[in-house]
Amino acid sequence: MDDTLLIARAQFGLNIAFHILFPTLTIGLAWLVAYFRIQYERTRDPAWLATYKLWVKVFALSFAMGVVSGITMSFQFGTNWPGYMASVGNIAGPLLAYEVLTAFFLEATFLGVMLFGMDRVSGRVHVASALIVAAGTTLSAFWILALNSWMQTPAGHIEVDGELIAGSWWAVIFNPSFPYRFTHMLLATGITASFVVAGLSAWRLLKAPGDAAANKTLRFGAHIAAVLMPLQVFVGDLHGLNTLEHQPAKIAALEAIWKTERGAPLTLVGIPNEEEKRTDYAIMLPKGASLILAHDANAELKGLEEFEEHPPVAPVFFAFRIMVGMGVLMLALSWVGTFVLRTKTPRWLLWAFASFTFSGWVATLAGWMVTEIGRQPWLVQGVLLTADAVGGATGAELGASLTAYVATYAVLLLSYMVTLTHLAGKGSA
Amino acid sequence: MTIDLPLIFAALMGVAILAYVVLDGYDLGVGMLMLWDSEREEHDVMIASIGPFWDANETWLVLGVGLLLVAFPVAHGVVLGALYLPVAAMLVGLMARGVAFELRIKAEGWHRELWNWLFSAGSYLASFSQGLMLGRFITGFEPGFLPWGFAALTGVALCGGYMLLGATWLVLRTEGALREKSAVWARWGLAWVALAVALVSIATPLASETVRERWFDFPRTLYLMILPALTLAAGAFTWVSLKKSDTLPFAGAVTIYVLAFAGLAYSLFPYVVMDSLTIWDAAAHPSALNFMLVGTAIVLPFLLGYTFYAYRIFRGKVKGGSPYG
Repeated sequence: MDDTLLIARAQFGLNIAFHILFPTLTIGLAWLVAYFRIQYERTRDPAWLATYKLWVKVFALSFAMGVVSGITMSFQFGTNWPGYMASVGNIAGPLLAYEVLTAFFLEATFLGVMLFGMDRVSGRVHVASALIVAAGTTLSAFWILALNSWMQTPAGHIEVDGELIAGSWWAVIFNPSFPYRFTHMLLATGITASFVVAGLSAWRLLKAPGDAAANKTLRFGAHIAAVLMPLQVFVGDLHGLNTLEHQPAKIAALEAIWKTERGAPLTLVGIPNEEEKRTDYAIMLPKGASLILAHDANAELKGLEEFEEHPPVAPVFFAFRIMVGMGVLMLALSWVGTFVLRTKTPRWLLWAFASFTFSGWVATLAGWMVTEIGRQPWLVQGVLLTADAVGGATGAELGASLTAYVATYAVLLLSYMVTLTHLAGKGSA
Repeated sequence: MTIDLPLIFAALMGVAILAYVVLDGYDLGVGMLMLWDSEREEHDVMIASIGPFWDANETWLVLGVGLLLVAFPVAHGVVLGALYLPVAAMLVGLMARGVAFELRIKAEGWHRELWNWLFSAGSYLASFSQGLMLGRFITGFEPGFLPWGFAALTGVALCGGYMLLGATWLVLRTEGALREKSAVWARWGLAWVALAVALVSIATPLASETVRERWFDFPRTLYLMILPALTLAAGAFTWVSLKKSDTLPFAGAVTIYVLAFAGLAYSLFPYVVMDSLTIWDAAAHPSALNFMLVGTAIVLPFLLGYTFYAYRIFRGKVKGGSPYG
């Protein structure tokens, strides 16, 4: 791999990782904020108004972070990956354009009404604005996930005169992995948002134990998470089965299955050793992988030896374990929390929720690494190699701008988190 | 009858870029003008005047780049590859100001001053970079001192142009001392723009042979002179109307932009990469363009509808700097 490819990937990876944090939070949070606003409209209880006003601030800030990093991405498609647009532009382009046309303008315009128009429009129109913003964020996820899923499991395209075009847009959009990936992502954003709500409310309660609004939102967040987490386990499992069918090499890598065998054991932890083609210090569960992946203890699983091209094993293996491990902890906390919070609000639980504020980010980022690194060396599975899409900018240009991006992102993320904790610490009073 | 899809998409892209330049232009301009005003309360009013709109304004940029990407994928790679550094600088600027906008609302004391400063600095960086990009584009990304010097000139010119838009926007949206201050800024902006437009108009034909041939071809030149004449008239109109009206100066400034844009479009058409790639060379496959056209035809009326609706909701003068909530 030459330097330009490496830096181009590092830069795009950094930007996309930074960007994804915010939609992951705002898609779910938009619906929660809309819910708070509706509750106020229904009850006219000032406590709901205060709750809405606090969380709409968190939402607006997160949304702005998403917008600015998203604009950056729309340019980096061209600056970092000219080969991507040149070869699959006829498919990727319209999907991205539909996102802008149907979702971005809708979100941005009604966000303005939602944030600044409360005393200028009627309650109904304001509630509608909040709902439109939420619908817009979800619609935006729809298009992006359609494109991303198409890159993972391309379908519906044909080649005419050496050009790749869509034969059926329906098949392109609703490609084999799309329903699973879209649902998995939407649940992830709901979970991320509910942990942020619960976590920041817990933070507030640690400082001001009597805060009624924070008591309410802590429970609200915990409840939503407790409902969504098991759903996510179920959908995640379906998504895994779908990946096994369409991208077996990714599954082999993330489970570090080196050889094809029947009744393959599940490696719980270990250090994949790609040179020796084995996993060092592995702790294995006999027949576990076959059972989990094929729902049959004696099923045959294809090992990495079967694939000429497969993703690097260690990063996907570790990222997958981080995602699942985080998921297990989040499931446990949401259930224990919901149970305990019925009767009391102990400080240890508040600390637990506060420290899990951004747990959804960790799990989602890990999940994205699994799915994106797991697709390598392809940019579009079976269609376009990542190495063939790079170009344009020189290593020096990329290096200079990478430095600028790293510095900007570090400052932005720090300011964001400090502001959020500051807002939460003050509470809605 | 076959429709000329690349032409339609070139027109749509032009409209998106013009909409972006005018809309984000006024809020970038307001951001830049903040540095010229030392009254803290006025900062809040200035920001409040653009608060509900800046986000949607920036979306036009995404649409413009998006259309370039969708309709002219080959050009997208070439243009953005060649403009790599100014694009990165613009993005850093836009990021800084977007986030500063949100963070300043939540900050107090010197923190707020710091975010205000960053908001302003980001606006300068983004505006200058956009002008730089335009200059690089006109000369077909030629290397060397002169083409870069020309690009720097367009960069400075665009900053002045955005400040003119910002100042007239403030005349429209504010009252009292700030309105009067804005009228003065608008005059400075006009002078700046007049100088810059004159310089750029002289330099562009020198920088590009294609442009020179288009404009200096008698007797066509005589008809073409109607554009600079109208621009001059619009400038004079803006200057005079500053005294009497709150709405007309903004309309005048927008007219200047539309005219300058028309002149530019005439100079560049039909190239997406100057002198080397036309819109027909660079166009995407008709299947992609058709799919897009259907969506655009359905969505665009709604988009324009709710944009007007939002502007109607927030019409009139802004009072004080009430943060949202």
